[in-house]
Amino acid sequence: MDLRFTSAAASERERAAVDRAAGSQAPARDLLLPALQEIQRRIGWISPGALNYACRRLDVPPADGFGVASFYGLLSTAETGSIAVHVCDDLACRSESLIAGLERSGVPVRRSPCLGLCDRAPAALVTIAGEEPREIAVAPADASSVMRAVRGLPAAEPAAPIPQFGSAGLRLLRRAGQVDPESLDAYRASGGLLALRRARQIGPREVIREVRDARLAGRGGAAFPAADKWAAVAANPAPRYLVINADESEPGTFKDRVLMESDPFAVVEAAAIAAFATGCARIYFYIRGEYPLATERIRNAVDRMRHRGFLDGLDIEIRRGAGAYICGEETALFQSIEGYRGEPRSKPPFPAEAGLFRRPTLVNNVETLVNVPGILIEGGPAYARRGTERSTGTKLYCVSGDVERPGVYEFEFGITLRNLLRYSGCAIADLRGVLVGGAAGTFVTPDELDVPLTFEGLRAIGSALGSAVVMAFSRSRDMRGVLARIAHFFREESCGQCVPCRVGTVRQVEALKRGDTGLVKEVGRVMRDASICGLGQTASSAIESALARWPELMKEMR
Amino acid sequence: MTEGPDPRTPVPRGPLPETPPRRAPRKVELTIDGRPVSAPEGATILQAARELGIETPTLCYLENLTPVNVCRVCVVELEGSRTLVPACSRKVEPGMTVHTDSERVRHSRKLVLELLASGVDVSTAPDFARFAERYGAQPERFAAGATVAQPVKIDNELYVRDYGKCILCYKCVSACGSDAQNTFAIAIAGRGFDAVISTEYDTPLTDSACVFCGNCIGVCPTGALMFRGEFEMRAAGQWDETRQQVTDTICPYCGVGCTLTVHAQDDRIVKVTSPAEHPITRGHLCIKGRFGWQYVNER
Ligand SMILES: Cc1cc2nc3c(=O)[nH]c(=O)nc-3n(C[C@H](O)[C@H](O)[C@H](O)COP(=O)(O)O)c2cc1C
Ligand code: SF4
Ligand code: SF4
Ligand code: SF4
Ligand code: FES
Ligand code: FES
Repeated sequence: MDLRFTSAAASERERAAVDRAAGSQAPARDLLLPALQEIQRRIGWISPGALNYACRRLDVPPADGFGVASFYGLLSTAETGSIAVHVCDDLACRSESLIAGLERSGVPVRRSPCLGLCDRAPAALVTIAGEEPREIAVAPADASSVMRAVRGLPAAEPAAPIPQFGSAGLRLLRRAGQVDPESLDAYRASGGLLALRRARQIGPREVIREVRDARLAGRGGAAFPAADKWAAVAANPAPRYLVINADESEPGTFKDRVLMESDPFAVVEAAAIAAFATGCARIYFYIRGEYPLATERIRNAVDRMRHRGFLDGLDIEIRRGAGAYICGEETALFQSIEGYRGEPRSKPPFPAEAGLFRRPTLVNNVETLVNVPGILIEGGPAYARRGTERSTGTKLYCVSGDVERPGVYEFEFGITLRNLLRYSGCAIADLRGVLVGGAAGTFVTPDELDVPLTFEGLRAIGSALGSAVVMAFSRSRDMRGVLARIAHFFREESCGQCVPCRVGTVRQVEALKRGDTGLVKEVGRVMRDASICGLGQTASSAIESALARWPELMKEMR
Repeated sequence: MTEGPDPRTPVPRGPLPETPPRRAPRKVELTIDGRPVSAPEGATILQAARELGIETPTLCYLENLTPVNVCRVCVVELEGSRTLVPACSRKVEPGMTVHTDSERVRHSRKLVLELLASGVDVSTAPDFARFAERYGAQPERFAAGATVAQPVKIDNELYVRDYGKCILCYKCVSACGSDAQNTFAIAIAGRGFDAVISTEYDTPLTDSACVFCGNCIGVCPTGALMFRGEFEMRAAGQWDETRQQVTDTICPYCGVGCTLTVHAQDDRIVKVTSPAEHPITRGHLCIKGRFGWQYVNER
C-alpha cells in the first residue's frame, strides 16, 4: 500500500519489540495485534513512533492501526508508567475499600471488569512492562499482596483449584489439582491422549457421529449442537480453521480458566480431535489477555505435545486477547485475530461458511471441547445417558458471590439451583437473588430455586444458562449498585459500532440512575431488537429481569 | 493424517477478496408488507422495498459504498428471525416475509433516531428531521444525557470537522479507504460511546495522509464534515439554500471528465458536489475538482 506517515520515529527498544512479534515474515495485517501487544509488554504504552514502525512493517495505514490500538483495554495509547494495577471492581469482588486503600498509598489503580477470578475475590492483575515483562494475577487481593506483585514478586497459587477437589465422579475436572498440569507424562498416565488415538482409528466421520450421539451442546452461551457445526465445517472446502474461544470475559465466568490452568493437555488434545474431525489444518487459541497462567500452561502443553509428535500436521497459533469482552463474540474474535477492531460482523454468512480469513471456521468454547475426549472413550450414547434428555453430560457451574465455598462445580445437568447453592454453602434464608448466566443473563428469586440448571429448565422460567454463572446476592447487598455496575459494564464494553447498543447502553445507565423504568424498558427493547450482536441484544436482560422481579427496586432508586 | 488439505499449504493472511460465482441473476420471490415482489438474486431487502415504492430511512447506507449496516434505522421485521434485520444489507431470499411498518419496526426506528438526536447535533443533517417526524421521535426524553459535543476541528483551509455532529455512520472512513480514495487517512478510534473518527493520535489533517479530495465531505450525511466556506457562511448567518443555484458541469482539470455540481449563492460558488449516480466517478472527486474553484470567486 502507498502509505503516508507522520515524522514520529520509534526508539530502538520499540523497534525490537515489533520485530520480535513480526519476525521475518512478510507484511501481514494479522500480526498487528501481536505487535502492539509486544510494544505494550515491553514499553508500557504505544507511542506514535512505535505505531508508525509497526504499521510500516506490516503495511497497515497508521490511522487504522491507531483505531486498533485504541480499541483494547489493555493497550495504552497515552504515556503511562511501566506498572499497571488492574483491580476488579465488578460484582463478586466488592473491592471499593481495597481500591481506596491502594489509591491512598499512591498506587494508580485502573478499574477492571470481572477478571475471571471471582472464586478468589477480590482480584487484581498487575502488569510490569520492561525487558522482562511480568503479569501477576493476585487473588484474593489485599493491599499487601498487591504491593508484593507491584515489586515483581509472584503471587501465591491456591492450594486447591476447585472446591470439589478429590471427590469421585468428576469427569471434566477429574485431573484438577490431582495431575501435574505441566507434565505430559503425568497426563498420559492419567488416561490422556487415548481419545486422540481412538479418533485417528475410527476416522473423522465416526468422530462426528459420536459427538452427534452424545448430543453435545455448546457451552459458550448459545447451546448450539456441536455436531451440526462440525459437520457443516467439514463439508465446506479447505483450508478450514479451528478457533478455540478462550476469551472468557462474561462477568462471573471462570470455568475455562480453571480448565486451562488445571488440565491444559486435555484442552489441546480435544482441539486436536476437533481439527482432525473437521479437517482443519490450523488451530488458533484465542485466550483472554487477563489469563497469564492459562496462556502459559496451554503454550507448554502445545510445545510438549508437538515435541513428541502428537500434533504432527497441525499448525497451532496461540493468540491473546487485549482487554475487550466483545472479542468473545465469534465474529469479533475473527476480526481481532485478523488485525482489525473487534467489531462483530453481520450474520449471515455464518462462521462455518465464511469465518476467520473468510474461510470455513469451527469455533468452539473450551468447555465444549473438553467434553469430547470423554465422549470418544465411553461412546456418544453412554455420554448422552448422563444429564437430561435435552441437556446431556455434565456441566461446569461458576459459583460466586455470597456463598462460603465459591468455585467451579461439576454436576450432571439437572441439579437444581437450590442444591447447587446448598452445596457451595449459601445461606439460602438470607438470599435476595441469584444472577444466572452472567451480566447477559437473568436474576432469579428465592422462590425459583427449584429450577433445574439445564438449558430447557432455565428457559422455562424465562432465564438462560448462558456461561453457567451462578452468583448469589444476600439481602445485605445493595441491589441498586449491582444493577448500576451491570449497566456500566455494557456501556464500557460496547464496541460502538451500532447505534442501539453504542448509545442505548449509555442511556440505560442514565435512565437507571434516574429510576425511569419506562425508558429502561424502551431502550432495552431497541437494543434487543435492532443491535447487531449478542452484546447489545442482551445488554438489558439482567436489568430488566431484576426490575420485573423486584419492581420496588426502582422506588428504592429514586 | 486428515483427509483434508495439505497442512503445509500456505495460510492466507488478511481478508480474502470475496469472489461470488458469476451467473445471470435469478429472480427471488418474496413478500413485503403483504405484497408479492420479485427481486434479482443478490439484491437487498431495501432495493426490493423500493421496487414497491416503500420508502425506508437510511443513514449509513449509500449506493456507492459497501454497506456497513451500523445505524440500524432501516431495520425491518423478517418472519422467523429473532431480531429485526437491516434492510440495507440483508439479501433477499426466496419466500421471505418482511414487514417494514410493524409496531416493532416503528419502535426501533423511533428509538434509533431518538438515541442519535439526543447525543448528536443533527441540525444540519438534511434527512434527519423528516425521519424524526415520520416516526414521532422525541429526543427530549433523553435530554441531559451524555452527548458527543466537542469543539470544531479547524486545521486546514478547505474543510472543517465538527464531530459533535457525527453519528458514526462510517461513510467517511469507507470513502477515504478502499471504497473510493484508498488513502486511509481516517478511521474509527476508541470504543463504545467514546469512539470517534480520527487520524492517528488525532494528528492534524495537514500532517496526516489526507490528500484533501473531499470525498468524505461528499458522503457525510450530517454536515459534520463541511466546506470551510459553507461553515463560515453558516456561522455568519449568510448561508441560504433558497438563494442558491445548482448547475452541473464537467470538471475542466483533466481528461477523466467528472461531473461537477456547482452550488452558487449570489453568483459566488459556495460548494461543489458530484452526483453519486455518475457511472465513472460514482460521486467521488479529487482535490482539484472539489476545491479548485476558489480562484473563480477571487477574480
Ligand atoms: C458479547 C459476546 C461474548 C461472548 N463471549 C464468549 C466467550 O468469552 N467464550 C465463548 O466461548 N463464547 C463466547 N460467546 C459466544 C460465541 O460467540 C460463540 O457462540 C461460542 O464461542 C461458540 O462455541 P460453542 O458452540 O462451543 O458454545 C460470546 C458471545 C457474545 C455475543
Ligand atoms: S451490539 Fe454493541 S457490541 Fe455488538 S456490534 Fe453493536 S455496538 Fe458492537
Ligand atoms: S479529504 Fe479525502 S483523503 Fe482527506 S480524509 Fe477526506 S476522503 Fe480522506
Ligand atoms: S463524519 Fe460524517 S460521514 Fe464520517 S462518520 Fe461522522 S457522520 Fe458519518
Ligand atoms: S474477578 Fe471480580 S467479579 Fe469476577
Ligand atoms: S442504513 Fe441500514 S443500518 Fe444504516
